[in-house]
Amino acid sequence: MTIEQLIWLVPLLPLLGFVINGLGRNFLSKSVIGIIGSGVILASFIISVVIFFTLQGDAQKSHEVFLFDWISAGKLHIPLSFLVDPLSSVMLLIITGIGFLIHLYSVSYMHADECFGKFFSYLNLFVFFMLILVLGANYIVMFIGWEGVGLCSYLLIGFWYTNSAYASAAKKAFVMNRIGDLGFLLGVFLMFNFFGSVEFSKIFPQAANMLPGNNMLVLITMMLFIGACGKSAQLPLFTWLPDAMAGPTPVSALIHAATMVTAGIYMIARSSVLFDLAPFTQHIIAIIGAATALIAAIIALSQTDIKKVLAYSTVSQLGYMFLGLGVGAYTGSFFHVLTHAFFKALLFLGAGSVIHAMHHEQDMRNMGGLRKKLPITFLTMMVATIAISGIPPFSGFFSKDEILAHTFQYSPILWGVGVLTAFLTAFYMFRMMFLTFFGNYRSKHHAESHVHESPVTMTAPLIILAILSAIGGAINIPHIFGGNEWLAHWLSGAQVAQHELNLDHTTEIVLMAISVLLAIGALIFAYFRYVKGARIPALDSENRSPLVKISYNKFYLDEIYDFIITKPLDGLSKFFYRVIDTKFIDGIVNGLGWSTNEASKGVRLIQSGNIGFYIFMMVFGIVALLAYTFYYI
Amino acid sequence: MEQLLLLIFLPLLGAVITAFSGKSAKMVSTATAIVVLGLTIFMALNFIPNASTQFEVNLPWINDLGIHFHAGIDGISLLVVLLTNLLIPIIILSSYKHDYKNPGAFYALILFMQVGLLLVFTAMDAFLFYIGWEAALIPIYFICAFWGGKDRIRINMKFFVYTIAGSLFMLMGIIYLYLQNPAHNFEIQSFYALSLDRVQQGWLFWAFFVAFAIKMPIFPFHTWQPDTYTAAPTQGTMLLSGIMLKMGIYGVIRWLLPIVPVGVQDWSGLVMAISIIGIVYASIIAFTQKDAKRLVAYSSIAHVGLISAGIFASFNIGIAGQQGMQGAMMQMLSHGINVVGLFFILDIIFSRLKTNKIEDLGGIAKSAPQLSIVFLIIVLGTIALPGTNGFIGEFLLLMGVYNYGIWAAAIAGLTIIFGAVYMLRMYQNVMLGKTNELTVGFKDIEGTEKLVLYIICALVIILGIYPKVILHLTEASVQHLLEQVNQKLTVK
Repeated sequence: MTIEQLIWLVPLLPLLGFVINGLGRNFLSKSVIGIIGSGVILASFIISVVIFFTLQGDAQKSHEVFLFDWISAGKLHIPLSFLVDPLSSVMLLIITGIGFLIHLYSVSYMHADECFGKFFSYLNLFVFFMLILVLGANYIVMFIGWEGVGLCSYLLIGFWYTNSAYASAAKKAFVMNRIGDLGFLLGVFLMFNFFGSVEFSKIFPQAANMLPGNNMLVLITMMLFIGACGKSAQLPLFTWLPDAMAGPTPVSALIHAATMVTAGIYMIARSSVLFDLAPFTQHIIAIIGAATALIAAIIALSQTDIKKVLAYSTVSQLGYMFLGLGVGAYTGSFFHVLTHAFFKALLFLGAGSVIHAMHHEQDMRNMGGLRKKLPITFLTMMVATIAISGIPPFSGFFSKDEILAHTFQYSPILWGVGVLTAFLTAFYMFRMMFLTFFGNYRSKHHAESHVHESPVTMTAPLIILAILSAIGGAINIPHIFGGNEWLAHWLSGAQVAQHELNLDHTTEIVLMAISVLLAIGALIFAYFRYVKGARIPALDSENRSPLVKISYNKFYLDEIYDFIITKPLDGLSKFFYRVIDTKFIDGIVNGLGWSTNEASKGVRLIQSGNIGFYIFMMVFGIVALLAYTFYYI
Repeated sequence: MEQLLLLIFLPLLGAVITAFSGKSAKMVSTATAIVVLGLTIFMALNFIPNASTQFEVNLPWINDLGIHFHAGIDGISLLVVLLTNLLIPIIILSSYKHDYKNPGAFYALILFMQVGLLLVFTAMDAFLFYIGWEAALIPIYFICAFWGGKDRIRINMKFFVYTIAGSLFMLMGIIYLYLQNPAHNFEIQSFYALSLDRVQQGWLFWAFFVAFAIKMPIFPFHTWQPDTYTAAPTQGTMLLSGIMLKMGIYGVIRWLLPIVPVGVQDWSGLVMAISIIGIVYASIIAFTQKDAKRLVAYSSIAHVGLISAGIFASFNIGIAGQQGMQGAMMQMLSHGINVVGLFFILDIIFSRLKTNKIEDLGGIAKSAPQLSIVFLIIVLGTIALPGTNGFIGEFLLLMGVYNYGIWAAAIAGLTIIFGAVYMLRMYQNVMLGKTNELTVGFKDIEGTEKLVLYIICALVIILGIYPKVILHLTEASVQHLLEQVNQKLTVK
């Protein structure tokens, strides 16, 4: 079987799963739904593996598969076609592989939910759209997936829609994504005008011959970057992602790890040819990425909801990836996408396991001492925490290090921000671990004896992800450790721009040592504070210091947006409606009608039916006419 | 040629029979509408997708004035004819739960209106066009005035006088063209061939444009619309928003652009400005509307603004205008389908709960899962999610607007964001959240409701995935039109 024959099955199977589970949600049994829902993703994964290995043995690294003509108007032709190359083939593995584990986990996690079938059909649809996003061979097919995952996040974040707060979180996610999507679309229009096409295979070869700093390319890449900001939760559009935890926990794992937020990074890596020629945009990306990484990390420091900590850590890690993209470390960023997918999926599923055991308790102030009760959850989450903190030899260390090394070469100041963030990351992650798993059990609602480890269908995915989080770094071990940078070589087959690191070995080692030591320092600091010192975050009713307040209240960003955007627009809406529309415009319209009416009242009086008056007027008219005639002659 | 005559007069015959069939009026009108739809599909299948006028009918009518009953169908006509004849049966079916007083008159008026609409969309003689234009107005006036809601008489009078005032300007324009025409007839082809100077074109532009702008309606000619949509019976609202407003757009494409291209060019900056202002302005107003029907009415103004902007940005840039014009074609169809779906859903809610006040509703999804799904699909079509019909049109239109300038596209593109805001706000407040005393035990859709909504949802998705069926039909005619207009512009 060739790649061309297989590839369409990869997205088709999840779509089938969506259709079957969607139609059969009311009469299929939960086990059948679970088997279909997970099975289609597993099948997709297996096919993706076959495709991956076929591609590896193939001399031709890029296969474009045409399905049918989708839109054509004038010179615009948009085929529905897929692109299989090293970049997309790795993404396929992540999406379907991690996606499958999340599906498997959900079978148990969602078992008690009455909308089980709906849940699985939505999950399948989510994976389907993400696959379309990654497989699209032009920007518009990519955009189908791009907006499709936005829709699925809307459906899944608002899955428990009877809670209005959740429904609002879903709407917020969709709208914020759409702000980015407008940028994306404008970028597409610019590209169509500039390159005469929206297809990768027509755009990138043309761009390759252009000079860096072309204004049009700067504009195009800025627009695309705005799109990426929405989808990948960067400043100023990140506030939807923390709210997105309103959805069931497996959904968070899916959004934060395998799908959705990685889309922006994928898109920029895919378009790296363009971005590489737009240094200005890269500069902006690096700054926004660093700022997002730092701000989100500061917010995560004081959060008390276990999922919120993880949500902000995602925002922060995405910031890292953007920092990497900005400094030209495309492979490093993509590498971080991979390792982050492993450990963030693990962390969310682990958090789900904790929440499951604690009967929907998410506040860490009511947890504590769970490591004996939930040993597998604890151990696996510990692996993920070490990985995200960048402590060797776990996966996060390698990917984070690659980004930081490139950043140092680009700008030591941004490197400083990156290292500071790394320190904060290690701190808040271990804080979360210590508050959850160490110390004394603190919940007053649920008896400690009722807390049990999750069933094997939930722990098995945790164990697999823990192994991947531990050793996943192996796919791109740098030369300095005797590695061969497999991923970098692999991606070079997909025209992902590569930049050599020109640091000498000593500098590289010193930089690494600094970030590792800071991470370990943060670990120790957190240990003394939360385990030895047994500190517990303040209750909401207690006073906090101003700095903690800012962090705990997320820099008041939601309030600021509400104040400068939402409120004024609503005010404007009422003003437009009540004053401009009803009083002014309609007033003029009615005024015209009214004045016609009034005028007719006056004129009507003349038509009195009085013959005498008519005769008088006639005589007056004749006299006037004569007078006029004589006067002029 | 017989086919087109049949197409136009079948609804007329049906209307007459319906008028006298009392209680079975529903059935008779449904049967008529379905036969007409069948005939339309048959004709569409036999339509050769080139720029020529097909199924042409040309009968002498009032010889002394050179008036002919001259009608025909090209790709552009076919699209709006399809839209009309597709929506009329849907609109009739959507009324099945209602027991309107005097059903014979009600359903006969719908079919009468269909005749007027078909005349407008196929006429190749300006006089015939004008007859159809006014003939379509009278039935809808009666539908709204007799079967409408609160305050209907005042609101309808305004609607009627406003639109008639607009069309009188157009009548003057037509008469002026007739007088200028050495052939002394109302043939559209001889109007196309007239050479009019810049001043004449400027005046004629306004004479026609005002009529079309009021009909669509675009900002600031729109104030009759929200009241009328809200007060009309749902079927009336559907006829107005789904089909009738396309008369204005069709008029621009068929009559305004090719006859007075220089006039259009001179004023296109202004039209672009009001169209784009209209998009943003109507969207912002939609944010805080309390009545769902009124919200959809304002959203419709925003959508029409985008269609208008796309057309006026595309008509004078040669063949590059294809995207914008084809987008307008696609969006006319999609908007018609989607807006009818939305109004139908609001009607279903109103008939169960006697209110369309957004704040009184909520939590309906819990007891009406089917409704929640179809409602969402139509909402997604309306906010132009890729894979739905709305996306194709909006994407192509924005691409057209981009030709005018990236800022124009960026501002018009706000509709992508704003549309999501007001539509999802409405969807959330109506369907999601907790059920309240009013919405508890809401009965899910059934029978004809299901049938109609499933058909609409199927169209939303099919046209989104395979828009080629439509784009293919109109492509050659649109291209021909663009060539014609641009040729006239370069000669000047």
